[in-house]
Amino acid sequence: MNLYGIWAIYHYEMSRFRRTITQSLVSPVISTSLYFVVFGAAIGSRIQEVEGVSYGAFIVPGLIMLSVMTQATSNASFAIYFPKFIGTTYELLSAPVSFLEIVIGYVGAAATKALIIGALIFATSHFFVDVTVAHPIAMVAFLVLTCFSFALLGFIIGIWARSFEQLQMVPLLIVTPLVFLGGSFYSITMLPPFWQGVSLLNPVVYLISGFRWSFLGAADIPVGLSLLAVAGFTCLCIGVIWWIFRTGWRFRD
Amino acid sequence: MSAILQVENLRKTYDGGFEALKGVSLDIQDGEILALLGPNGAGKTTLISNICGITRPSAGKVTVGGHDVQKDYRAARQMIGLVPQEIALEPFEAVLNTVRFSRGLFGKKPDEAYLEQVMRKLSLWDKKDTQVRALSGGMKRRVLIAKALSHEPRVLFLDEPTAGVDVELRKDMWNVVSALKADGVTIILTTHYIEEAEAIADRVGIINRGEMKMVEDKASLMQRMGQKQLEVLLTAPLQDVPNALAEYNLALSPDGSSLIYTYDTRSDRTGITRLLTDISAAGLVLNDVKTRESSLEEIFVGLVSEDRT
Repeated sequence: MNLYGIWAIYHYEMSRFRRTITQSLVSPVISTSLYFVVFGAAIGSRIQEVEGVSYGAFIVPGLIMLSVMTQATSNASFAIYFPKFIGTTYELLSAPVSFLEIVIGYVGAAATKALIIGALIFATSHFFVDVTVAHPIAMVAFLVLTCFSFALLGFIIGIWARSFEQLQMVPLLIVTPLVFLGGSFYSITMLPPFWQGVSLLNPVVYLISGFRWSFLGAADIPVGLSLLAVAGFTCLCIGVIWWIFRTGWRFRD
Repeated sequence: MSAILQVENLRKTYDGGFEALKGVSLDIQDGEILALLGPNGAGKTTLISNICGITRPSAGKVTVGGHDVQKDYRAARQMIGLVPQEIALEPFEAVLNTVRFSRGLFGKKPDEAYLEQVMRKLSLWDKKDTQVRALSGGMKRRVLIAKALSHEPRVLFLDEPTAGVDVELRKDMWNVVSALKADGVTIILTTHYIEEAEAIADRVGIINRGEMKMVEDKASLMQRMGQKQLEVLLTAPLQDVPNALAEYNLALSPDGSSLIYTYDTRSDRTGITRLLTDISAAGLVLNDVKTRESSLEEIFVGLVSEDRT
């Protein structure tokens, strides 16, 4: 195992994060704060309690997940797409690092960035609402797993993309709608039965529900099922990455 | 000297069916500078890409220091440094950080003193904290070399290091290459500047249409290049070279109308004056004289154009 190689990629990516601190950290925190102001304070004051807590407190897990999923995806996809775009992948390909080590470096860094952003949003939410965490260990576990699985997804997108347009397409047209419709701002029990059924086809519903359970101690979907969904999604991404590794698809001729 | 890099019957066929390498074999000796000459699209970069791991060979075997580049890729790649043809660098990173990254990527533990030494040799140390995008084209090329040298490779590939750079910088680059050779680094450089191969290489390889046309010592090539031919056209054709001119090893043209004398331009005396006097003394009448010389360029163009026909 080339540990220095993994560390080099990880460290290099984290230094990009530090260099672009405004874009990386401040902007997701500000936009999430705006969600708290608009949904939590302005609209939330007119909504009665959801699942026994104030609407502001109810949306905290969803907002964290919203940011974490989109940030993990976009960070990882950009991290591997940018070297492809500027032509520096020659160095990755000619170095004594395995594809697995490359994935660990990039995905690890993207997941870490998303985790930092998630933690910061969690801290920020305390300024707006009273947040209680029923199952702290489960909360951290869900957060970490989600960061890694969506960073894996982002890595796949970055390998697949052949233009900046394609790079934006999947997060914008698939990930963001799934996250918004995944119960970030509502309980799926609020939906008519038909749409509840449709929602169950959305994998993000399981992730947000599980994460919300770790905060509130109650959820739309049994927590075991949520955990299974995160594990399944992670396995699927690992499977695709394994296939890319075997074939060199869009990475090595 | 022993071979540090061995290429055996290397083939590369792309998905579309294009055969970029058609069974290339090549031995590169430890500590030498080999210049790979070839026109655009000859397969120079493909050959390097296959050796360095950027592309996968379709068939054949490559070993570096005895390590197979596919089966034992870690050990093989650790010995290789690659300076690509295109300037490909992360624009927003500081020079030193990007060089540190390369060292780490190649599995070497940090060694700031070594990196400083490499960067000083390349006149880059003053720019260590500068963002790459603020550097000139020539300095960016130096950064690429520093990155390639950061993990102390034994073999360095320079893919057209002087393509599109001005004369001064080209000379500068040649000095860098000579200094690296003095440090014991084996260097393979691709170029289509013949004078570059003449200036710095120990051996010259000519590649065209995915085939190695020849690999030869530059010294013996220069010997061939240093030879010149004098053709003496006569008014009346001859059956044989007269005995009086036997000492000159003259050749007779197929139609007998001219005598061909081969001489070395680098020797003190070419013997031309004496030959011409002896030709007159033998009673032959000169109609015209022509000289012809072979240059590396001529050999190169000859080999390449043979393929086109």
